[in-house]
Amino acid sequence: MTGIDDITRDHLHTFADGRLAPSEQTRVEAWLSEHPDDAAAVHAYRLQNTRLHEEFDPVLDENVPPGMAALVTGRSRRSSTPSGPWMRLAASVLLLLTGGLGGWLLHGQSALFPQASTSAFVNQAMGAHRVFVAEVRHPVEVPATQEAHLVAWLSKRLGTKLRAPDLLDAGYSLVGGRLLAEGARPAAQFMYEKKDGKRLTVYVRGLQDTKDTSFRFASKAGVSAFYWVEEAFAYALIAPVDRARLITIANKVYRDLERP
Amino acid sequence: MDDIHRLIVEQIPHLRRYSGALLRDREKADDLVQDCLTRAMDRLHLWTPGTNMRAWLFTILHNLHVNAARRLSRQPGQVGLDETHEDLRSAPPEQGAGLALRDMDRALGKLPDDQRQVILLIGLEDLSYADAADVLDVPIGTVMSRLNRGREKLREIMENEDTPTIRRVK
Repeated sequence: MTGIDDITRDHLHTFADGRLAPSEQTRVEAWLSEHPDDAAAVHAYRLQNTRLHEEFDPVLDENVPPGMAALVTGRSRRSSTPSGPWMRLAASVLLLLTGGLGGWLLHGQSALFPQASTSAFVNQAMGAHRVFVAEVRHPVEVPATQEAHLVAWLSKRLGTKLRAPDLLDAGYSLVGGRLLAEGARPAAQFMYEKKDGKRLTVYVRGLQDTKDTSFRFASKAGVSAFYWVEEAFAYALIAPVDRARLITIANKVYRDLERP
Repeated sequence: MDDIHRLIVEQIPHLRRYSGALLRDREKADDLVQDCLTRAMDRLHLWTPGTNMRAWLFTILHNLHVNAARRLSRQPGQVGLDETHEDLRSAPPEQGAGLALRDMDRALGKLPDDQRQVILLIGLEDLSYADAADVLDVPIGTVMSRLNRGREKLREIMENEDTPTIRRVK
């Protein structure tokens, strides 16, 4: 702590970062007034820090993807269930297909299921189904030819890793998908189509603080839906087929996702 | 939510910011943050209450990143983690204003991984030099020398990009 002759590169960085002790600060300032090269360096370092904040701070104002926060807050369920929403779907479907319990759940009497919000959810999902399957020219926002982009985009917006299940075996090929808004929350819809023109949709959206797992069936005007809630997300599989047929499709989804 | 969970959730935006700047790809960055949170939850019992949660999470994230980068570097055609030792100090230019918004991302891409990490942990995430040394598991002197090399290289990139091409032909 003597004169100003022992100013090092470290001092310059510490000064630029505003971390020098006040006593040191004066010393470095004196040095810089006589050493323009070092002053230019300090100026440049500060500018770099400013630019870093200008460019990368906007992410701080974004909402944390719900799937990410759920990793921390919804931990207790996670450890014992398969990871990823589609794998959890697969687990739900497996439960459904194993017989008695599934049959009971299908009656829609499950006490496990959180009430009001989920019927609102399936109404939204079925409403979106009706609106968009009727579209001739613009059924989707991003077509299946850009599937990778579609999946990445919707995953990002919903904050979870989505996959568009392969339903070709059931005769449905992916048409594409779109981003939807349910209130202020983003929702995703994948659309599939059969050769005969029948369309199926898969609808996903994040939930707040809903952690119940269950599997339910709804049907309205010839359109059937299986829907369930898992951790921070709600899912619906909707098609103009009967319940037995929809189970078969759910089974295809399961087998598809079982593959590595 | 427990206090400890809240402490972690509070850090998520910072982890995303750092990871995004480090990897320069938002999707990969969020994948890394997810992995980091998963591991943090698995190891929550190892965290000492009262210590710096932020530094702890950044350490986990850093280790995951290094492991992933190491795996990549074994594949042909990928850049490894080795430091580059080029001497990038050029003639001191004028005090250039430097490059425009978003060009910072590109400039950072030209730095070796280890220099980029130090610059971001300190300049963006405001970790203390000592915390950065802990996160990176290197002596503080190494942090300072990487900081110096990285910032000088960044300065050179910024000032070059600020200069019309024609002036570079000497």
